[in-house]
Amino acid sequence: MSTVTKLPSVDVLLVGFGWTAAMLGQELTETGLKVLALERGAWRDTSTDFAVTFAQDELRYYWRGALYEQPSQSTLTFRNNPNQTALPMRHLGSFLPATGVGGAGIHWNGQCWRFLPSDFVARSHNEQRYGRLAAEYSVQDWDISYEELEPYYDKFEYLCGISGQAGNLQGRIQKGGNPFEGTRQREYPNPPLDMTYGPELFRGAAERLGLHPFACPAANMSRAYVNPLGVELAPCTYCGFCEKYGCGNYSKSSPQTTILPVLMRKSNFELRTHANVMKVLKDSTGKRATGVLYVDAQGREWEQPADLVILCAYAQHNVHLLLLSDIGKPYDPVSGKGVIGKNYAYQIVSSVDVFFKDKILNPFVGAGALGVAIDDFNGDNFDHKGLNFIGGGYIALWNTNGRPIETHLVPEGTPKWGAKWKRAVIDNYLSSCSISTHGGVLAHRENYLDLDPTYTDVYGRPMLRMTFDFHDNERRLSNYLTDRAAEIGRAMQPREIKINGRDGAYSIIPYQTTHNTGGAIMGNHPENSAVNRYLQSWDVSNLFVMGACAFPQNAGYNPTGTVAALTYHAADVIKNRYLKRPGPLA
Amino acid sequence: MNDHLKYLMCGLIISVFGFFTSGIAQAYPRNEEIARGRYVMLAGDCLACHTNDGGKEFSGNRPIETPFGTIYSSNITPDIETGIGAWSEEQFYRSMHDGKRPDHQYLYPAMPYTYYRQLSRSDVNALFAYLKTVEPVHNEVKSPQLIWPLGWRRLMTLWTKMFLNKGEYQYDAQHSASWNRGAYLVKGAGHCGACHTEKNFLGADKRTQRLQGGEFQNWFAPMLIENSRNGLGGWTQDEIVEFLSTGRNSKTAAYGPMAEVITDSTSQLSVDDLNAIAEYLKTLPMTNDNDRKFVSNNAALQTGQEIFSAQCAGCHQENGEGVSHAFALLQDNANVQQSKPDTLIQAVLVGVRAVPTAAQPVGFAMPAFDWKLNDAQIAAVLTYVRNSWGNAAPPVTASQVRSTRSALVYARQSYNH
Repeated sequence: MSTVTKLPSVDVLLVGFGWTAAMLGQELTETGLKVLALERGAWRDTSTDFAVTFAQDELRYYWRGALYEQPSQSTLTFRNNPNQTALPMRHLGSFLPATGVGGAGIHWNGQCWRFLPSDFVARSHNEQRYGRLAAEYSVQDWDISYEELEPYYDKFEYLCGISGQAGNLQGRIQKGGNPFEGTRQREYPNPPLDMTYGPELFRGAAERLGLHPFACPAANMSRAYVNPLGVELAPCTYCGFCEKYGCGNYSKSSPQTTILPVLMRKSNFELRTHANVMKVLKDSTGKRATGVLYVDAQGREWEQPADLVILCAYAQHNVHLLLLSDIGKPYDPVSGKGVIGKNYAYQIVSSVDVFFKDKILNPFVGAGALGVAIDDFNGDNFDHKGLNFIGGGYIALWNTNGRPIETHLVPEGTPKWGAKWKRAVIDNYLSSCSISTHGGVLAHRENYLDLDPTYTDVYGRPMLRMTFDFHDNERRLSNYLTDRAAEIGRAMQPREIKINGRDGAYSIIPYQTTHNTGGAIMGNHPENSAVNRYLQSWDVSNLFVMGACAFPQNAGYNPTGTVAALTYHAADVIKNRYLKRPGPLA
Repeated sequence: MNDHLKYLMCGLIISVFGFFTSGIAQAYPRNEEIARGRYVMLAGDCLACHTNDGGKEFSGNRPIETPFGTIYSSNITPDIETGIGAWSEEQFYRSMHDGKRPDHQYLYPAMPYTYYRQLSRSDVNALFAYLKTVEPVHNEVKSPQLIWPLGWRRLMTLWTKMFLNKGEYQYDAQHSASWNRGAYLVKGAGHCGACHTEKNFLGADKRTQRLQGGEFQNWFAPMLIENSRNGLGGWTQDEIVEFLSTGRNSKTAAYGPMAEVITDSTSQLSVDDLNAIAEYLKTLPMTNDNDRKFVSNNAALQTGQEIFSAQCAGCHQENGEGVSHAFALLQDNANVQQSKPDTLIQAVLVGVRAVPTAAQPVGFAMPAFDWKLNDAQIAAVLTYVRNSWGNAAPPVTASQVRSTRSALVYARQSYNH
């Protein structure tokens, strides 16, 4: 039995050290408080961990997952519905959480979106327009509006130097931008990336169909940029190694390229790596967090007291910690009562591959968020009457990469291996591209997270259990988006297309997106949510929970922009209200 | 105490304390002298050599590699037994001015008293007053390990007779006060020539080649005179000030030994003093630089260009224009056109990291290519860089790369032991 050593207390303790912790570290150290971040993984920096001389290594980063968490150390159990027995996920597949400083902010593509104003009132807006939702969908309003988050979206976009083009500038629709987006107060800090041929063909086809294509907002630099913290990023080289990789050129926004150079210099900030938090500790009332218990790389246990504890780990890890710490009532899918683990959601994706006869697209000239999208079929941007679903998603032609091991589109009917497959790869590599659809997922009563009754992790704690499947709303939505994508694909006048629709049960094996949401959702009442609109725990007022786990359901966009906006909103309230008068804010 | 009250109290205590200390400084001239002494310490960058890695400030024992062997910096904390606690002001001045210790032995000129002797008596006294206030540390300094017969310290008497000239800095009425201040800082406390001036076989400055660049621990400290190709002629006074103050300007970044100088010394000097330094440097006369045709063989440059495109252009751009304040400009950059390519070879072999400062917080780093490019490839690409886009400099040979490579391997091994 090991002994626990108690350490001197700190003012603020951040659990995990990715995007949200870096943002909070930067904001809260400005108050003069002593801030400590505990990160389970290693220190990582551009020149030492993904320098240009070796960053583009598909074996190391894609196949062997050098930047991801390792299932042998951290995993969960999975099942599609409550009638099945969950089994441990032994390989990463559907989603790729990170470990180490910078978190998944290192290996994201850089697709940086805002949610639609109607996404934040998903239940009330849709019920008002289309009538009552089926009882199985536990969709909720967020208790925060787009307008309230707008300044914080803006702050993150300027931190990152997002390349893009406004579509709705102070209420005026801008040509070439996304006309469906919520009103933004100012233009993106950088112009869109230089577009390659594939996305341009998509743009032309979409326009011919009367749709509204626009350059996607990208955390890949279209030019050198100095952010408001004085941190410089370099122009993107379009090398096509963004998602699953760290950027060796200082061209993709990450905690390392936007915040850490400033934060790590501060004397009132401390980072401890290889410090894996086991649980949040509470006082005898159960209403106040006293700190955390963590284990270091040698297996020694430490108690780190703190006045304010903020969970900044990946979405499902935050939920896991809440369940292990006995904070908040666990969700029960039968009664629909309880809040921790409730409304786990994801993304539903499909694609349409497009093959040309006489066009050279050079797919290797890519960037993570280099692409053209349409938002005509996202959220409630279109009339859903008669469609029998709500919500939607964007349809985009991304030119993220032409990486030789990972990306080689082949037409319908090509064998999976052998000489014919090789021939098809050679024939199509330079002249193919893929349209993707990116649908939102409604919260569903039977999609949730709880503790597994059987399996334990390397520390002997019960594993997190994920129960998830797509339901009718998502399937109809995805079919609809896939049909629209196929129409655009055909309008690109290719030799042929190949439709990769979504059918069957959700599988954790093929990669889809690392957009896991919910489980510690925000809301307007302790009965329906784990945290309030400031991401403060309803049960323990000196505990805040960041991340996409706060999303009541998932919209049709990548989550990072909204995660960041919620974080900056919370940081503002912590600085300006909570610290002056600690206690429940709502 | 609730959190709010705690912060209020802290603020109150800090402001009251601040009020008293500034009041004390005004009331007691001694405190002003100590503050001035600290500034002399910053200008002289004493901290860098007199603090070992992981050691306490000013307690010495940092190994200083010289062509003659390794010397360990002395303990300049006021510790009575192992530091300068028992020294008098006069004894301290003699060591700074004449290189003579209280035991009448001469210091090895790795301690740059050959420059510090230009300092005024009052500045040296102020420095002494400041050093008396730092934490005394008991730390016995190791004996130097020098090649025979230099371990015999008396030889230094002869050395000082041969090479020690002039005394304190003399004001030059032909120039402005700020020019004089700049000259005083460059020649004296700043001891810029210690690296930037080539040494003779006995380790003394070559007097005719002041600030025309010098080799230092496998680096080449660049030329600081007005030559436009390889000196500071292409830099404006503002660019020099920006470089010294932030470690970065639109042309280059500070790395290697200069990184330490920026962090511990120049970034902490007043803007007036940095302007004075720049004003003085901009008046150093240029040398004859007519011969600019070094490489005429286009085929030789072809290989270099191919390597450059594949390995370097992502950051430095195909035309060598780099990215301002991030990736060094190579086109028309004096640093890449120095007479000796040591710095470039080292940069390519083991990489370099731009010094992060408060104003320029990103430590942009070039990775090591030692595992990726062989000696001939590095020589080819550097020859290309030194002779493209208007650049002109002697070619780099594979044997130069080989010798730096083995020197660096040797240095790494000796650090590990």
